[in-house]
Amino acid sequence: MASILVYAELSGGKVVTTSLELMTRARELGDVYAVALGTGAKAAAASLGKHGAKVVHVNEDKAFDDYIAEPATDAIASLYEKEKPDLILFGFTPDSREVAGRLAARLGTGLISNASDVTSGGGGFVAKVPYFGGAKVASMKANGKPAIVLVRPKSFEASESGGAAEVKQLDVAVADGSKRAHITERVVEASEKVKLEEARVVISGGRGMGGPQNFPLLEELASALGGAVGASRAVVDAGWVPYSMQVGQTGKSVRPGVYIAVGISGAMQHTVGMKTSKVIIAINKDAEAPIMKMADLGVVGDALKIVPALTAAVKAKKNG
Amino acid sequence: MKIVVTVKQVPDPNATLSLEADNTISREKEVVLDPGDECGVEEGLQLKEAHGGEVVIVSMGPERAKDGLRKALSMGADRGVLVTDPLLAGADALLTARVLAAAIKAEEPDLVICGTESYDGSTGVVPPMLAELLGFPQLTFAKKVEVDGSTVKVHRQTADGYQVVEGSTPALVTVTAAIAEPRYASLKGIMAARSKEIKQLSLGDLGVEKSEPAETIEGVVDAETRKAGEVIEDDGSAVDRIVKVLAEAKVI
Repeated sequence: MASILVYAELSGGKVVTTSLELMTRARELGDVYAVALGTGAKAAAASLGKHGAKVVHVNEDKAFDDYIAEPATDAIASLYEKEKPDLILFGFTPDSREVAGRLAARLGTGLISNASDVTSGGGGFVAKVPYFGGAKVASMKANGKPAIVLVRPKSFEASESGGAAEVKQLDVAVADGSKRAHITERVVEASEKVKLEEARVVISGGRGMGGPQNFPLLEELASALGGAVGASRAVVDAGWVPYSMQVGQTGKSVRPGVYIAVGISGAMQHTVGMKTSKVIIAINKDAEAPIMKMADLGVVGDALKIVPALTAAVKAKKNG
Repeated sequence: MKIVVTVKQVPDPNATLSLEADNTISREKEVVLDPGDECGVEEGLQLKEAHGGEVVIVSMGPERAKDGLRKALSMGADRGVLVTDPLLAGADALLTARVLAAAIKAEEPDLVICGTESYDGSTGVVPPMLAELLGFPQLTFAKKVEVDGSTVKVHRQTADGYQVVEGSTPALVTVTAAIAEPRYASLKGIMAARSKEIKQLSLGDLGVEKSEPAETIEGVVDAETRKAGEVIEDDGSAVDRIVKVLAEAKVI
């Protein structure tokens, strides 16, 4: 049976959702064990066990929290030498991909990034990767030993399968030479808001919003709906809103109950990050915009008029 | 301070893509410098303006990637290095990183600046691979970079704000589009770029051997598309329709 190692990324002492999503598929592919590094690793092992990990290798050295990528790379490389897993899975998140890249270079093996699925096949593993700007999907056989695959968030649903993991202390001393990119301060700018990835309703704005001065209209609608505001790459690159709001291939993947795309044309770069939303509503001046061909409801009109009216109507309905 | 900025050309994000017979993305329409890399070039130039030194642009690609290098030179970079070799067609992330690392090592830079990920491949793993192969720390997703002597400090974008990350040179930094607005090349810059050096290297020159690719493309199919729903013109009733859909989805 194949052995699968899942890198359980921790954030604030907890396993990030994307890592738990990986467990759902990993346990179909073989014997799953996980590695959790940094503060909260031992406690995280319980959650990983419930999601299908048989063994969780842990180390709570604070260096894993405070230094980018290098300490984790050391630990996983050393675990690889001992356990020789056939496949190592990472979430395609900023923190995980930095570890994955370093690890692959150290092990001298390639990796497959930005995958939307991974399955067994041809005596190894095959990943599905959005391709060609997302218009197509390529099946890629992993040639690396180990195979290393980075899977996009929201590709699977996290679900518990019961069970408890054996917790093993991973003995690795983080060398001073790996304590180099030092996180000295963490600044939170938007903690009170609903998280984009977890919101039931996401309202995203694009160039059709006219400028950053109009984004508060989306914030007001989001606030009325208890949702979060996202954006297209075009407006992030234009500096209207921060990168943390970007939905799409190079931003976040979201799968809310309702996705409202406002003034977004629907380039593949964007839609690959939101097309699995349950209901899509598009508001756009252009009836021919690609987003209209995938929306459950497309409204051709002036977003700057419709959005405030919608906010008022939602508030009225809630109060009535 | 010696700064290396990595760049690549990508299919114009505004153009329609096409596929080669072997299912790799056609580079025939590859006409623009990756917009993310332009931000890296700009940041490199600003650091040079503040601290002195040299900005060297390093790229891997077919011969016409020189156009991208030339653009960076016209913005003000000092010289370019292009690794070009028919063996590199379809190179995966690791081979790309190995090639770039070999070319960059020869430059002995204090700082390497990369985009966070390319517009076309979007694997986002070449910079960490490169950092590992160079033996450099990686200070990533920077929306601000400060250099003070041998100390590098970046503001690293996170989901809910940013982290302050510090390291020492030599180091690799990846920058987001928020870092700096790329300047337009002036006519003088474009003229000056014509006489700037672009050194061309092959795999053999670098002593890099081609490795087995990380993946074999077994097939390419159309992505699942959603069915189009209803499209209505807003005649004043659109808001009511949207509210109805929101209610049906049970979000209000």
